[in-house]
Amino acid sequence: MAKTIEEINEKIRKGKAVVFTAEEIIDVAAEQGIKKAAQEVDVVTTGTFGPMCSSGAYFNVGHTKPRMKLGGGRTCLNDVPVYTGVAAVDFFLGATAMADDDPRNKIYPGRFSYGGAYVIEELVAGKDVRLTATAYGTDCYPRKELETFISLKDMNEAVLFNMRNAYQNYNVAVNLSDRMIYTYMGVLQPKLGNANYCSAGQLSPLLNDPYYRTIGLGTRIFLGGGIGYVVGSGTQHNPNVARTEKGVPKMTSGTLAVKGDLKMMSPKWLRGTSFTGYGATLTVGIGIPIPILDEEILKFTTVKDEEIWAQVVDYSDAYPQFIPGSLGEVNYKQLKSGKIIVHGKEVPTSGLSSYLKAGEIAQILKERIETGKFFLTQPVELLPSVDSGIVYKPLKERPIKKHH
Amino acid sequence: MQKKRVVFNYPSHLVDQPVISKLVKDYDLTVNILRARITPKEEGRLVLEITGKRSGLEAGFRYLSEIGVETQPLAQDVKWYVDRCTHCTACISVCPTQALDVDRKKMEVSFNRDKCIACEICIPVCPYQAMEILF
Ligand code: SF4
Ligand code: SF4
Repeated sequence: MAKTIEEINEKIRKGKAVVFTAEEIIDVAAEQGIKKAAQEVDVVTTGTFGPMCSSGAYFNVGHTKPRMKLGGGRTCLNDVPVYTGVAAVDFFLGATAMADDDPRNKIYPGRFSYGGAYVIEELVAGKDVRLTATAYGTDCYPRKELETFISLKDMNEAVLFNMRNAYQNYNVAVNLSDRMIYTYMGVLQPKLGNANYCSAGQLSPLLNDPYYRTIGLGTRIFLGGGIGYVVGSGTQHNPNVARTEKGVPKMTSGTLAVKGDLKMMSPKWLRGTSFTGYGATLTVGIGIPIPILDEEILKFTTVKDEEIWAQVVDYSDAYPQFIPGSLGEVNYKQLKSGKIIVHGKEVPTSGLSSYLKAGEIAQILKERIETGKFFLTQPVELLPSVDSGIVYKPLKERPIKKHH
Repeated sequence: MQKKRVVFNYPSHLVDQPVISKLVKDYDLTVNILRARITPKEEGRLVLEITGKRSGLEAGFRYLSEIGVETQPLAQDVKWYVDRCTHCTACISVCPTQALDVDRKKMEVSFNRDKCIACEICIPVCPYQAMEILF
């Protein structure tokens, strides 16, 4: 017996929707059986809270008097440059942007203690930030300089727009070399000293809907503590990778592009983050409700940590040199136990994505649905799946001949 | 037997004095040096783990204060900001003493300052600036 999104929303309206988190549903389905659980359960909520570099926000700050065209000049928020190549007072702030005078890796490893992500966190916390700009001036936009405090509530629009979030699975990073390395997967100790992973495993959104049967453009989600929407597949979305028998990708695969009103979000779920020696990034909280439309969808949501496999990759050589291959496969139950075996050696593990916070997000989303504060949407278009023919390409360089 | 983790601040004129060996010989204490640093002004800063009888420890500390070595418990210098901690567990595989530890059922991280040796390994590893050591 299949359900529709409308029927589920009707139950939410009446306060009768049956909702479980992606962790809870494992036991529920084991007790009731897939068939019964698929009938009883309306929604399974997922969650993830990890560093997501392809995040950012766009703003409209309102016009100055006299008017000023920020584009073509230079605009900063708390000294972090923003992208102004759009209309006069719109601009985009990227999570990894940093001030010109940040020492970066000059004294290696750099600390990267501030950047666009921190500006976003401060704005969401309601703080004032410094908006400074210089411009070239035109007949219609004569002003050339601006220095003012601004906060989120002063702005017309403030929209979180992330072009790649919530990666469906990720690499497990290790270091085979004999020196410490500093990566976007954290600090990696020499000679397989540690292994860092980055996924909420059985709670992670796309791992609970591996073929994207319910998620697509228009899916309403928990984003940064507020409400957001999936606006399509994210960049590098790559459904055509090796999968387990149950369809779970065994490596990085699907991704999401998401957006949401920054003014409704919370600094608890959008955190400025610093990777020593690498850079600043934004840790984003995302929760996606999965409507249990049929048995197959329910079955997908019962995926367990031990059924999700990831590839161990050497970040001292294979990753930077773009040499394909894996040092082995491990599952998330092993990763979460604190140690894995790589090349016969026991290696201690660490996460970068918080499982505890992912669970909190799934729980918050569950409560919002149960109490009639959050309704599901029917996506306009599902994410491209394994039949899409998508091929993930490296950059093919075509050298430019120099003329003298 | 008692064990204490302390930070010593050495004035410059004591840096070349046999203070530690006196602690060992005269007060029957076992001294384990966890960290040591001499500042550009030639002042010394040591993190020590001292074990011995209560009476020996008390007398040893009295001697230190008489000769002008400031001491303070180590715990004061290490801070775990629980509000900033996301429980990501990035620090767990590198903390040598399990001062930072995780309850694997909930994946919840906790900090036990009595186990911390102020090695600072967690500082560059924590992406959320949740650990701070004033040393
Ligand atoms: S300073 Fe060292 S011992 Fe203390 S919590 Fe950090 S890593 Fe662990
Ligand atoms: S690395 Fe930092 S944020 Fe992560 S668990 Fe350790 S103290 Fe908390």
